[in-house]
Amino acid sequence: MAPPRRLSAERVTLAHGGGGKAMRDLVADVFVAAFRNPEMGELEDQARLSSAALAEPGAQLAFTTDSFVVDPVEFPGGDIGTIAVCGTVNDLAVGGARPLWLSAAFIIEEGVEVALLRRVAASMRASAEAAGVVIVTGDTKVVGRGSADKLFVTTSGVGVIPAGRRLAASRVRAGDVALVNGVLGDHGAAILAARGDLALTSDIVSDCRPLDGLMEAVLAAAPGVRAARDCTRGGLASALNEIAEAAGVGIELDEAALPLRDEAKGICEILGLDPLYLANEGTLVLFAPAGEAEAALAAMRGHPAGRGAVAIGRAVEAHPAVVVMRTLLGGRRIVDMLVGEQLPRIC
Amino acid sequence: MKYVDEFRDPVKARTLLREIEVLAGRIETPEGRPLQIMEVCGGHTHSIFRYGLEALLPGKIELVHGPGCPVCVLPMGRVDDCVALAERPEVIFTTFGDAMRVPGSKKSLLQARADGADVRMVYSPLDALALARDNPEREVVFFALGFETTMPSTALTVLQAEAEGIGNFSLFCNHITIIPTIKAILDSPDLRIDGFLGPGHVSMVIGNRPYAFIAEHYRRPVVIAGFEPLDILQSIWMLLKQLDEGRCEIENQYDRVVLDAGNRQALEAVGRVFELRPFFEWRGLGSIDHSGLRLSAAYAGFDAERRFPLPQLRIADPKSCQCGEVLKGVIKPRQCKVFGTACTPETPMGALMVSSEGACAAYYQYGGGQHGGGQHGGGQHGDGQHGGAEAAE
Repeated sequence: MAPPRRLSAERVTLAHGGGGKAMRDLVADVFVAAFRNPEMGELEDQARLSSAALAEPGAQLAFTTDSFVVDPVEFPGGDIGTIAVCGTVNDLAVGGARPLWLSAAFIIEEGVEVALLRRVAASMRASAEAAGVVIVTGDTKVVGRGSADKLFVTTSGVGVIPAGRRLAASRVRAGDVALVNGVLGDHGAAILAARGDLALTSDIVSDCRPLDGLMEAVLAAAPGVRAARDCTRGGLASALNEIAEAAGVGIELDEAALPLRDEAKGICEILGLDPLYLANEGTLVLFAPAGEAEAALAAMRGHPAGRGAVAIGRAVEAHPAVVVMRTLLGGRRIVDMLVGEQLPRIC
Repeated sequence: MKYVDEFRDPVKARTLLREIEVLAGRIETPEGRPLQIMEVCGGHTHSIFRYGLEALLPGKIELVHGPGCPVCVLPMGRVDDCVALAERPEVIFTTFGDAMRVPGSKKSLLQARADGADVRMVYSPLDALALARDNPEREVVFFALGFETTMPSTALTVLQAEAEGIGNFSLFCNHITIIPTIKAILDSPDLRIDGFLGPGHVSMVIGNRPYAFIAEHYRRPVVIAGFEPLDILQSIWMLLKQLDEGRCEIENQYDRVVLDAGNRQALEAVGRVFELRPFFEWRGLGSIDHSGLRLSAAYAGFDAERRFPLPQLRIADPKSCQCGEVLKGVIKPRQCKVFGTACTPETPMGALMVSSEGACAAYYQYGGGQHGGGQHGGGQHGDGQHGGAEAAE
C-alpha cells in the first residue's frame, strides 16, 4: 500500500483544483483522511452502498441536498462543516428518515488556508459521527480569488424511512399541538454577533446539532406525530407558515411560551429584528395529535437535543393558512412570511 | 430580560387597559365618533402592531399612525438620486438596512447593488467613515436619513471626519425635522386628531419645549411616550386623563430617557453642521417648509449634493396612492383603494407600505388587529390578498 499523501502547502492555489498531483494530495490528506470509512472503499468515481433497512418491505428512500454559504465560515458553536452535515441530516430526520450516507462537495476560493479546510473537515467528521452517518463521496473545486467567498459546501444525504412512517405538513389537523425542542434564534444571533461589524460581544453559541436521534426518540414515543420541520432560514415563523399553508389549518402561537434566550432577545432588540425569523440549525418544530403531545414532549425532554422542549401553540380551524400569535399582553398579531431578507431598522 | 420585561408585564397592562376603558367611556365626542390619537413615531407604530395593542384598546379609541417613519416619507426622486450616486464607479454608497428596499422610479438600492453598484449596509455613520478611512482611493457617501434621533450621530461623524481630515467622505443628507410636519398635519382642514403620542427618541434630543405650540395654539394634548407596550398604554391613559379633565398640556411619560431641555451637546453639534432647507418634499404629504436639513456652508465640502451631479427630479406619488389621507388619519390603511392589491410589501406603491414601520406595511404584516375572534376569511399567501386586506372596517 502506498504511503499516505501529505499536503505541505499552507494555502490553496488554483493548482489544487487542476486535477493533478496537488489536487490528489489535497483530497487525500484533508478530506479522505478526515472522512475515511469502509464505504468510501477504493476511491472509485462513485460510492457503492447497500442497506438492509432499505430492503425491508415498505421502506422508502429519502434523498435531499443543500448548499451552505455562511459568513463567517467559523463561528461560536460550529463552522460551515458542522451546518453542512447537520443541515442535511436534519432535512432527512424531520421527514422521519434515518440518515445513512452523505456526499460533500467543496468550492474553495484560491488563497484559503489549508488549516481552515482541515478544521472544517474535522467538524464534519465529528458531526457525522454524532448523527450516525458516513460521508461516502465528495468533490472539490478551486476557483479564483473573488469567484467564491472562502468556502462553499454542498451536501446531499440519503436515508431510509421505515415502513409505516408518513410525516407530512399536509397531515397536520386542527387540535394538534406544536412543540419545539429548545431555544429559538441562537444560530442567527451567534452569526450576527460573530460578523463583528456590530461591535456587539456576546456569549451566544450556535445551536447547530443533528436531530435524527431526537426524532427517533419522539417517533418511538409518539408514532402519530404528523409533521416536523427544522427551523433554518426564515426561522420558526417561516416553518409554521409553510405548515399552515400545506395543511390548510390556522396556527395559534403563544408568545409567552416561546423559548428565547436573553442574549438573542437583546441582539434583536438592538437591531430591530424579530427572533421568530432568526435562523436555527438544531431546532425543529413538530405537530403531535393532542393525545400524543405529552408523550412526544417527554421523549424530547429525555433526549440531549431536546432538554428545553416546550409546547408553543396549536393548529386551529380558524384563519386557515395563517399563523397568529397571542402576544404577551393578550393582543393578537399575524406572523407572516418575511418579505425578502430581514433588514435592521434605522432607529 | 432586565429593563425590558418590566415594561411588558401583562398584569400591569390589564390594569391600565381597564382604566383606559373607564376613561374613554367618560369622554364625550361629537356624534359619538371615536377618539383619535396619533402616534407620531414609526417606532410606536411598530410596537403597537408587534404587541397587538390596537385590538386590546376599547373600540372608542382609534390610533392614527403618523408620519414618523423616515424611510416611508422619503420621496421617490431622492431614492433616484441615491441610485445615481451609488452607480458612480468611484462611490461606495453606505446606508442603513431598511432604506435598501425603498423603491425609486426605476429601482431600489437593493436592485442597484444587484446591477453592480457598490452599496453597503452600515449600522452607524461611523462605520461609513471607517470605510472612507480604509478606502482612500474611493468616495464614500453616507445616506443620512432620519429625524432628530439620528441627526446627532451624523453631525458628530462629520465633525470627526473634519478633525481627521478625511476628504473622501460625504453625506447625501435627507434628515428631516418633526415639528414642521406635525404643524402641517395640524393645519390640514380635514384634521380630526384629539391628541398626540409624542416621539420618545426625537424628544430625547430636542426635549419637550418645541411641542408647546400644539397645546397653546391648537389646543391638543401631547404625551411624550416610550416604546415598550406599557409605555404606550400609560401614555394613552395620560392623554385620556388630560382630555377627561379638560387639560391641554405637554406631558412626558418617557422621563427615564427624555429631559425637558433635551440633549444640549447633541443639539449644538446638529446646529453647527446642518441648516434648514427652505422646503423639503415628503412622500405622501408633499412639500413642507423648513422640514428638511442640509449641510451648512461651513461643511459644504461634505455635501454629496454639491460634490456630485445629481438628477434631482421631482417624481409625483402615484395618483391612486392615498398615503397622505392615511397619515392624517382621514382613512385607515385598509380603506385605501390599492391596499393589499396593487400595493403590497413585495411591490410597495406608497410610502407607508415601504418600511416595516410604515402603517400600511404593519397592517399588512401583522393583520391590523383583525383576528381577535379568529373569524379570518382565509387569505392565502402570495396572492396579494392577505388576511389583513379584507375591507372589514
